[in-house]
Amino acid sequence: MEYKLTFKDYSKALKKDKLMGLKCNDCGNVTCPPMMVCHACAGTNQEVIELAGTGKIVTFTTSYINSEGREGEIPITIVMVELDEGPWIMGNLIDIDPRTIGMDIIGKRVRLGHKVFPGDKYSAGDAARPVFSFAV
Amino acid sequence: MRRVAVLGGGHSKFCFNSPKTSVEMLSEVAMDAIIESNLKPQDIQAINVGNVLGDFSEGQGMVQSFFANDIGCFNVPASRFEGACASGSLALRDAFIWVASGYYDIVMVGGVERATAMGTALATRTFAMFGDSRYEFPAGFTFPAAFALLAHLYADRYRIPLERLKEQMAAVSVQSHEYGMKNPNAQIHKLISKEDVLNSFMVTTPIQLQDACPFSDGAAAIILASEDVAKKLTDKPVYIKGIGQSSSGKLSSQYKFLPRLRARELASEQAYKMAGLTPNDIDVCELHDCFSIAAIIAAEGLGFFEFGKAGEAWEKGETRLGGKIPINISGGLKAKGHPIGATGISQAYELTRQLRGLMVDQGRQVDGARYGLMDTLGGDGVLVSIIFAAE
Repeated sequence: MEYKLTFKDYSKALKKDKLMGLKCNDCGNVTCPPMMVCHACAGTNQEVIELAGTGKIVTFTTSYINSEGREGEIPITIVMVELDEGPWIMGNLIDIDPRTIGMDIIGKRVRLGHKVFPGDKYSAGDAARPVFSFAV
Repeated sequence: MRRVAVLGGGHSKFCFNSPKTSVEMLSEVAMDAIIESNLKPQDIQAINVGNVLGDFSEGQGMVQSFFANDIGCFNVPASRFEGACASGSLALRDAFIWVASGYYDIVMVGGVERATAMGTALATRTFAMFGDSRYEFPAGFTFPAAFALLAHLYADRYRIPLERLKEQMAAVSVQSHEYGMKNPNAQIHKLISKEDVLNSFMVTTPIQLQDACPFSDGAAAIILASEDVAKKLTDKPVYIKGIGQSSSGKLSSQYKFLPRLRARELASEQAYKMAGLTPNDIDVCELHDCFSIAAIIAAEGLGFFEFGKAGEAWEKGETRLGGKIPINISGGLKAKGHPIGATGISQAYELTRQLRGLMVDQGRQVDGARYGLMDTLGGDGVLVSIIFAAE
């Protein structure tokens, strides 16, 4: 059985600021990032959809360390965002000084954009990642 | 299914910059385990090994075969298990099943890691390989960051002011260092204060350096045997009474349960059920405190405290010797060290010694301990629970 939405296609769409996921035609659940099966019912009757790309911050951290080769990106704020369609995804938060971020950003509404991680020698190519800014 | 006992064990001193290779570290503790078990290398019928990053740290894969040969377990089937920081625990659970099934009578389980040879930057990169490489690593995911995300989520969900949670987290580290002082195998022998924790380098908010376990080198080994074999070799067998293992997907995919880790709750439920025990029956616990917040989340997931309350328990001393449930009396990953392939075996080694009453001389014996629970977390996707019994 083939994936309906592979990482390659997800990443390609994200490079155009489009967030793709899967909607289950059996239970209605939305799965994002994509999986082989529905995250809720494990069914395979899913269709590829574009999500709104909006949601709210549920948690965050500002990192002052990073992996080898990515030290230049620190400080970097990582967030998990609850999308309006339900699932959570991980990305970065921009448009704010990372050093000033505190608990009060939890619950703030954000809108998705993207940035490309060019990859390193272990990562088999580049990867678009969600980058969020505050929704107006 | 047969009863399975733990015979002897071996445990290196955990350290930074081991001068020994992984094969050497593992061979030394394995020989100690064989000698303590009144066995010879040719008595070992199979070997399971936890080793995670030998490929990166030494350019050494397949450490299990080379060490087996080095200790005279010539041509013995040897398998390597990889489940990130729970690798040793996967190896142990699997070995239990082999002996319980009757296929083998005597199996050695070991674990080894030489992570500090990589240096901090490469070690951070390779450890991050146990998060999702495509959907989460690109955002700057590291393991400290994963638990930092959980810490803020924990504070938010349980309505604990972050400053209070930080104090509770500090109490976890302070206790671990105190018991680490009493463990000759511990990597770090240094008392720290709450202020030391709160003034340490900010790694990734809210996790500071003294909320985090170190990178470590070290090895541990134990030998499992069927009950009838064990009774001929030792007058103090410790039995494995319950096992559990569960897996889960990338961190964001666990959103319906976070900050709880559902895989831990499922794994420990399996182990409690198999053992016919409840959290109240456990006398001593070694749990996976890779970060201070991880210990708090673990103690709740294992059923020792209500959700949102474990940090207070540490502050009140309920996790100390004489407390409600003594936790990480070894010093835990924080002070004892965390050579990831060996960590689960180290936990098992500690608990079997507690249940045999061998910790009196070190001043950290849990009086009358009958049941011990170990909990190991690998990446954000593998959880193992194993219950040991002194009967």
